[in-house]
Amino acid sequence: MHVPDGFINAPVSAVTGVVAAAAVAVSLRGARRELGGPSHALSSGGEKTAPLAGLVAAFIFAVQMLNFPVAAGTSGHLLGGALAAILVGPYTGVLCVSVVLLMQGILFADGGLTALGVNITDMAITTTVVAYVLFRTLVKVLPRTRRSVTAASFVAALVSVPAAALVFTAIYALGGTTDVPIGKVLTAMVGVHLLIGIGEAAITALTVGAVLAVRPDLVHGARGLTAPLKLRVGGELVDAPAAAPAPARTGSTRKVWGFGIVTALLLAGFVSFYASASPDGLEKVAHDKGIDTKTTQHASSDSPLADYSVKDIGDARLAGGLAGVIGVGVTVAVGSGVFWAVRRRRGADTPERTPEAV
Amino acid sequence: MGAGHSHRLYRHGHSPVHELPPHCKLAAVFLFVVVVVSTPREAMWAFALYAVLLAVVAGAARIPAGYLLKRLLIEIPFVAFAVLMPFVVPGEQVHVLGLALSENGLWGAWNVLAKGTLGVAASVILASTTELRALLLGLQRLKLPPLLVQIASFMIRYGDVITDEMRRMSIARRSRGFEARGVRSWGVLAKSAGALFIRSYERGERVHLAMVSRGYAGSMPVIDEVTATRAQWTRAAALPVTALAVCLLGWTL
Repeated sequence: MHVPDGFINAPVSAVTGVVAAAAVAVSLRGARRELGGPSHALSSGGEKTAPLAGLVAAFIFAVQMLNFPVAAGTSGHLLGGALAAILVGPYTGVLCVSVVLLMQGILFADGGLTALGVNITDMAITTTVVAYVLFRTLVKVLPRTRRSVTAASFVAALVSVPAAALVFTAIYALGGTTDVPIGKVLTAMVGVHLLIGIGEAAITALTVGAVLAVRPDLVHGARGLTAPLKLRVGGELVDAPAAAPAPARTGSTRKVWGFGIVTALLLAGFVSFYASASPDGLEKVAHDKGIDTKTTQHASSDSPLADYSVKDIGDARLAGGLAGVIGVGVTVAVGSGVFWAVRRRRGADTPERTPEAV
Repeated sequence: MGAGHSHRLYRHGHSPVHELPPHCKLAAVFLFVVVVVSTPREAMWAFALYAVLLAVVAGAARIPAGYLLKRLLIEIPFVAFAVLMPFVVPGEQVHVLGLALSENGLWGAWNVLAKGTLGVAASVILASTTELRALLLGLQRLKLPPLLVQIASFMIRYGDVITDEMRRMSIARRSRGFEARGVRSWGVLAKSAGALFIRSYERGERVHLAMVSRGYAGSMPVIDEVTATRAQWTRAAALPVTALAVCLLGWTL
């Protein structure tokens, strides 16, 4: 899936290069925080980043060579974006996969030098961010057990691979140098990557499960799972003094999250089957009065999700429902990403610290 | 005995290309690829000239043609893709040997093949004439963030260690009678991957502690500062500047 030179035209390559550079710059700062860890009170975490991120990058590089036999002589390997995001966190994940891609481009000539921005945007940023946002959302919704962490990593990895294929198709639609029709690229890429995603999901979930069984403290995505410390005083269990701050609140927010997501998916995916096929009020009025004769087609009207249906799927209801589900997914991802970033910023500004960090 | 001192991708030598400072070479290769990518695909002779330019550089670096060609095999996956293209692109059809091929598709396939191959060849020449450590120093000279360069250098330094660890785990599995066939053995392989992650992470922690105890505070001291003279820059610039001339000719003719 490494994009070679000359596949995407120069302007789009340059833009994706800028996107990739910005994302790597943000990840460099975020990775310091993620890898700094609470165990070393005196260090700022800065000097721990390079060795740990470097070794994780070496791990991803090696694990991409681990062959998983599928059937009859064929085998696949891990892409690693989702796995990295769940094991070491999104920032370090983006950083490590980007470094792997950079070195593959320069040393092994795997992926073009001018296509580096495309490759990083597609394979490092999209997979890790989509996987992590989905993973966090699911872990919030599901009960707080190890099994749900494994299940969440399965779903996150399953979606992250076709999401990368979608982003690739979008980049191709903007700046592809060949004339393969977008619909064909979309069906081929997403179709193949749905299959690859199933393998990726199974391997990621099994690997996360294996690490969880041995060193649950190393799994970044499972940090909230540690049970509160209990002391045995006089034969009965008592909560240790410095208990986790207010675990009661999480239950209610989890319910709200779950209810919201399920409702949105239901509305988008199933209720839209039965929605009126006639245009909505304003469009109908505009049509009746003839004031829409001058409106030009929207710029993205030939995009894969234009007019709220997925291209190349014949059944209008199925297409509408699918577009709705994809739309909700993307909206939830973007929305919770923004929300999370804002809350993160606010948390960084306030001087108070959690007991573990001091 | 060479193992561990230089990477298998590097070809030791003392040619004029080897002697150039790494950041000059990196910049030259990058600019060359940019020029190649922005050449119009109809100017077929321009791509032939680029290939001749690269052949001259490879000759100056004393890289045998067989070695270069063998390393070019990495691009096979997208060659397969390019071969498919004339069959799936709609447009005017031309008949070659009884096959209906689309003209646009043929141009697209040619475009991807020519540019991709030239890009891969340029990178292969760079990697075979520059040592890894020098390449990383060159990246740092080109103002990549130092932390990123450090992460990359740790990855390069321990990449072989981790890969070897994985290979030893595979030998251990096989010597106990395990044979990976089919989906049912994924559980075992995934447990190995998990163990590999834990080992890598713990190795990272040990490396960090060992470095801190030797005075590491977040940045690596640069002891071999590489500098380039004007003559070296000019020599490195010869490749992209010639290519640019060819490219401009390609646009005007």
